[in-house]
Amino acid sequence: MKGLEISHVGYRYGERKALDDVSFNVEPGRFCALLGPNGAGKSTLFALLTRLIVADEGTINVAGFDIAQTPRAALARIGVVFQQPTLDLDMTVRRNLRYFAGLHGLSGRSAAMAIDRALAQLGMAERADELVRALNGGHRRRMEIARALVHQPEILLLDEATVGLDAASRQAITDHVHQLAESGLAVLWATHLVDEIAMSDQVVVLHRGRVLSNGPAAALAGDRSLAKAFLAMTADGTEATA
Amino acid sequence: MKAWLTALFAIITRENLRFVRQRGRFLAALVRPLVWLLVFAAGFRAALGVSIIPPYQTYITYEVYILPGLCGMIQLFNGMQSSLSLVYDQEMGSMRLLLTSPLPRWWLLFSKLLAGVIVSILQVMVFLGLAALTGIDLPPLGYLAVLPALLLSGLMLGAFGLVISSTIRQLENFAGVMNFVIFPMFFLSSALYPLWKMAESSPLLRDICAYNPFTHAVELIRFALYGQINLEALAWVSCCFVVFMLAAVWGYDPARAMLRGRGR
Repeated sequence: MKGLEISHVGYRYGERKALDDVSFNVEPGRFCALLGPNGAGKSTLFALLTRLIVADEGTINVAGFDIAQTPRAALARIGVVFQQPTLDLDMTVRRNLRYFAGLHGLSGRSAAMAIDRALAQLGMAERADELVRALNGGHRRRMEIARALVHQPEILLLDEATVGLDAASRQAITDHVHQLAESGLAVLWATHLVDEIAMSDQVVVLHRGRVLSNGPAAALAGDRSLAKAFLAMTADGTEATA
Repeated sequence: MKAWLTALFAIITRENLRFVRQRGRFLAALVRPLVWLLVFAAGFRAALGVSIIPPYQTYITYEVYILPGLCGMIQLFNGMQSSLSLVYDQEMGSMRLLLTSPLPRWWLLFSKLLAGVIVSILQVMVFLGLAALTGIDLPPLGYLAVLPALLLSGLMLGAFGLVISSTIRQLENFAGVMNFVIFPMFFLSSALYPLWKMAESSPLLRDICAYNPFTHAVELIRFALYGQINLEALAWVSCCFVVFMLAAVWGYDPARAMLRGRGR
């Protein structure tokens, strides 16, 4: 299988285990929600997946490439949207994307084409020449998602991508990313908000650094709402909201 | 290899565009050395006489003496600021973005460093231009000869900033870095007074100055401004650059513990 394969990953901050024996896969074409209360270890896992830090134990395979053995091949196949915005506000949308394209070795005509394609995918083509500062929060996020697609990754990682957005923008971005998964990307969507998850999505529940469950949202919910099932599972994870 | 150069060019372009658009930062970078040159040096001109020492061939005014030191100061501030901004403010996000690039990390760090140095060279050249307008001019060739010296000293100071940013977490803000890094480096150097003058009051302080890499950056710039090469300074600055760069790459190695706690 290609896509994302995480097996037996562990990571410590000093004495504290931030991640303990974490294993799950995300297949191409799947939208996988990584659901967990704040402090569950989601951001640590994202730091490992983007090789900001290196796992103490276990392996991470990205589109068939082991991130420890062949980090550059793995990183070339990952698109990331970080929790904190990483934009140059006083530059245009296109200029921001051009910088990112350059980091991935794209320049000139091939960069321009890749940028136009990515912006069109997110319905942002007409905003290409606006300053980022002039965009609202929802459009800025969409731009960051478009940026993550410029180099045509196979895996898309989004770390709480809807934080700080209003309900309509949140819905629009969640829908967009579901469509990206349907087009063949393996999507890992970290969140603590269950209403962003469709019943057909894969859900991995992470709590205190461990995977509590992994399967379709419908199976996790059973005859309850997903929110209730999640709260019951993470009894002290009171920050999850419906 | 093309991808490497593309990334380098992208990083340099971004850094320069950001700099040009942040007029406040540009002005601050110029005002600081100009205040030293036009106020501090004017006040000290009477107190400090500088005799003939190489590379000068005649008696010089104090303004002329401290000009290279102020060029170094611009680069010192620039190096610290651009490296520390990686850690302290929103730049941490853009550092993450940078490090997700599928290129070797040392190359990304070097590109970031070089981009910052080019900005600092622009600042220095504008500063030298303004100094010339106030009557402190140099041999015409000096303006050209100083460029490679500024490149090397900028790389060395920027790499030092990267080391600081990757290792020292106690310095919580820029004020801390000013007090514990920039000021000691600046004052314990030959930027404001020649070392023989320092030796008159304290041989110990003179020795400390002589081991300060910033002293050698200043001397490299000073000689280059007069079209000369100070080999000792060149060797010091080159070696320090290599050592600091290796330490920075080590500090930013994802397998090391340095970034632990920052990944969250």
